[in-house]
Amino acid sequence: MPRFAVGDRVRVHKQFPPTPPSHIRTPYYIRGLSGTVERICGAFKNPEELAFGRPGTPEVPLYRVRFRQKDVWPDYDGNEADKIEIEIFEFWLDAAGDGA
Amino acid sequence: MERDFTARGHHDMGGLDGGEIDRAEHDYALWEKRVDALMMLCTNRLKLMTVDQLRKGIEALPPEAYDEMTYYERWISSVTNTLLERGVFTADELGAKMEEVRARYPDGVMPGGAAGGGC
Repeated sequence: MPRFAVGDRVRVHKQFPPTPPSHIRTPYYIRGLSGTVERICGAFKNPEELAFGRPGTPEVPLYRVRFRQKDVWPDYDGNEADKIEIEIFEFWLDAAGDGA
Repeated sequence: MERDFTARGHHDMGGLDGGEIDRAEHDYALWEKRVDALMMLCTNRLKLMTVDQLRKGIEALPPEAYDEMTYYERWISSVTNTLLERGVFTADELGAKMEEVRARYPDGVMPGGAAGGGC
């Protein structure tokens, strides 16, 4: 069962070892930031395990998370309402409070 | 204050100035098609590795190598290292085979536009 629902506020955490030798699929620029679950994409084998030739099971829920562009880029000068959506596996996400 | 234990990988360029994007179309060289075919065989047919392993191997390249190599040179480097790690062949066997192939082209020019050091 997915831990988060559509509309939940989530925060991308940072507590992962540096690369290499680990394999990380969540882009660096989004780590530590908060966004909103836009959809649940389903469950997939863990690519960060598959990368080491391991089975990648159990499957992990994958979410599409929506962030405000102006939260992501300090000097963003586009439309206030612009968003960026990134697909992130569940083990990268923590619950975040409103307005985080 | 939460400590940041992550580091930006060299390949992870989002938000950095990546310079000009080369939008030129080009044909694939024969060796590039062969690298692609080899990867398909190793993953889909022979189950010797996964595309995730290919990607990890590419991302583990030293920054200088990552920047200097072309797309399929990165691929064949990662495939080679993964198969070596997996024990599919040994470094000695690979070296002997490369010498054997090199000997077929005494003038150093390989067909199909293969770069020096290609397979």
